[in-house]
Amino acid sequence: MNVQKQRGVRKGINIMRLKGLIRKESYQIVRDPSSIAIAFVLPMILLFLFGYGVSLDANYVPIAIVVEHQSHETSDFLAGFRQSRYFVPVIVTDIQAAEQAMIEGSVDGIVWLRENFGKKRLGTGDAPIGVFVNGVDANRARIIEGYVRGVWIKWLERTSIESGRPLHIPVEVKAQIWFNAQMRSRNFLVPGLIAVIMTLIGALLTAMVVAREWERGTMEALMVTPVQVREIILGKIIPYFIMGMGGMTLSVIMATWFFHVPLRGSLWVLFAGSSLFLVTALSMGLLISVVAKTQFVAGQVAIIVTFLPAFILSGFIFDISSMPPIIQTMTHVIAARYFVSMLQTVFLAGDVWPIIIYDGLALTAMALLFLMIVKKRMKKRL
Amino acid sequence: MLRRIIALMVKEFLALLTDKKSRMVVIVPPVVQLLIFGYAASFNLDHVPYAVYNEDSGRASRDLLAKIQGSPNFSLKTVIRSDNEIAPLIDTQKVRVVVHVESKFSENLLHQRPAEVQVIVDGRNSNTAMVVLNYMNSIVTDFNQQWAIRHGHSPPPARLYVRFWFNSALDSHWFVIPGIVALLTLVVTMLVTALSVAREREAGTFDQLLVTPMTPLEILIAKALPGFIIGTIEATFIILVVVFWFHVPMRGSVAALYLGLFMFLLSAVGTGLMISSLAVTQQQGLLGAFLFLVPTIILSGFATPIANMPPVVQVLTYINPMRYFLIIVRSVFLEGASFDLLWPQYWPMAVMGIVTLATAGWLFRRRMY
Repeated sequence: MNVQKQRGVRKGINIMRLKGLIRKESYQIVRDPSSIAIAFVLPMILLFLFGYGVSLDANYVPIAIVVEHQSHETSDFLAGFRQSRYFVPVIVTDIQAAEQAMIEGSVDGIVWLRENFGKKRLGTGDAPIGVFVNGVDANRARIIEGYVRGVWIKWLERTSIESGRPLHIPVEVKAQIWFNAQMRSRNFLVPGLIAVIMTLIGALLTAMVVAREWERGTMEALMVTPVQVREIILGKIIPYFIMGMGGMTLSVIMATWFFHVPLRGSLWVLFAGSSLFLVTALSMGLLISVVAKTQFVAGQVAIIVTFLPAFILSGFIFDISSMPPIIQTMTHVIAARYFVSMLQTVFLAGDVWPIIIYDGLALTAMALLFLMIVKKRMKKRL
Repeated sequence: MLRRIIALMVKEFLALLTDKKSRMVVIVPPVVQLLIFGYAASFNLDHVPYAVYNEDSGRASRDLLAKIQGSPNFSLKTVIRSDNEIAPLIDTQKVRVVVHVESKFSENLLHQRPAEVQVIVDGRNSNTAMVVLNYMNSIVTDFNQQWAIRHGHSPPPARLYVRFWFNSALDSHWFVIPGIVALLTLVVTMLVTALSVAREREAGTFDQLLVTPMTPLEILIAKALPGFIIGTIEATFIILVVVFWFHVPMRGSVAALYLGLFMFLLSAVGTGLMISSLAVTQQQGLLGAFLFLVPTIILSGFATPIANMPPVVQVLTYINPMRYFLIIVRSVFLEGASFDLLWPQYWPMAVMGIVTLATAGWLFRRRMY
């Protein structure tokens, strides 16, 4: 009877003890200002810096234009580059100078109008225009090529109107870009950045807290009290969760007001999704802390398993669907992957339920798994 | 003096490598991450899932769609028959592109009226959207040229002949994978150095070290060398994998690359030790390491070009050592650069290395708790 009663107590959560633990953890947070800095100041600085700095839109591309023989036709063609906001044209007269500039890296591309450009254009047509683009950054090269094509097509249209010879293009592509009509890369990068930053914050906040208690021996002291493992875990997660949500709120405010990213989904979905992710990130930090035992190793592991995977494998910048299938499978263990997908969808597309539910379930499963392992590992050592 | 330095250095290596977990952390993740990131980090788009909505029954539309289907960049997921099927497919990202051909397409084309093909793209990732559109445009341009030749239309007054230098196939792996050399070398060096002083301070053994006959300079050298040695070994391993496993061409001078690596390690080890000697606790050391690593990597030009940043942020990147090393790595690998072109990249890293190392050594004695 007595034993049974004791068991019954052990199963539940004692609110008073939990409150005590939370208060103890909160004191620790308040007295060490570094964790407050991590939760509130860090996301703002990082988001501010990266929101401005990280962009895939190439503007003001320096480009050398080789004009071997100046004529009305060439200056007409040049005007297109001068007016385009994508290019900063530099006019040179021979190809050697342009090639030298490209090798030195002072221009990213060359457009070569040969001596007979004017004559050929007026005569038989089909005048060749040589275009060389520095292909080291393949993505940028492709974008620059697209811009050059755009200038060329506009020029064709303009000259055909002037010369009265109608320009016949058999098939035209009419593009419709959904969710991001102006193709601002910031619109998808800022939500992705929020996911990367919150991954860092979550891990930084909790990665060392348990390891620190083990190292200092205060965990043993905690273990001999009636406090239960699940109460310790909750006592660790709740205060940091509240702080993390504060940082998240600041990030969302900055994204919408500062970077003008549209928020098309509903706020409560964003809130629910962020809560799920934050719990996952915090439990991952706890897990690192519990497994590593020492702060030194916990710190090293946190650097390795949080930032780089969230940066490269989350779909924040490199598209997951074009990775090799094995790597795509591996990305499923990266919590940030689900949060990036959810944030990009909620911000740009709206409440698309199939995506939100899938990502939400995946995050819940991961959080539960992490917490279960944490609980098991902590009990073992009692 | 030399003997003292070696003795302390051996102790540093032991502290780092005797603990099995710590040893694993320094050796295993860089290797695994190199392989995974090498395959994952790419802007190439292959097999983009798309859907076709063809209302036209003519041959021309079938020819055009066959061209798209034949491209390795696209993979046909489904054929749809009505307008309202488009939104659910794109919203849930089951397909990224819908190609819509209107009912009068073939007829218009044959009568030389403007024939349009509508391409609806998921713009959530605007970079993917832009690349997809470029692929579509080049397929259609090809189609147009063949059509014009077959039907005897006069050619346009001028035509573009596009060539890509240094990377003619525009394989973005060639851009990203050499960058991983810089990325992982930086992370490993920070792992080795950023907590090394902070840990001893927290344990109190650093004070003991200071009262030994060792001068701060000797301590500094002994603390810096493990980072240097581990960084060089791992960087060499990564470079070998990049060349022999990923087959990225190495066109420039290896010596120029290693001089760059040396300078880069100098600045990275210096920064790591400076952070470590500023920190009072390991927690602060970790925070400092993160605060340095994250902006350094994101604003280095590793994934997004520095040229796209606003001028103020571009100026800020001049204090980023990884910026310089990335330029060196990429120009040596792909552009075949040698020493003469790279001097502007070497000296800023050397300056940063000397300044940070000097600060770290100065802090050894000044910051005591």
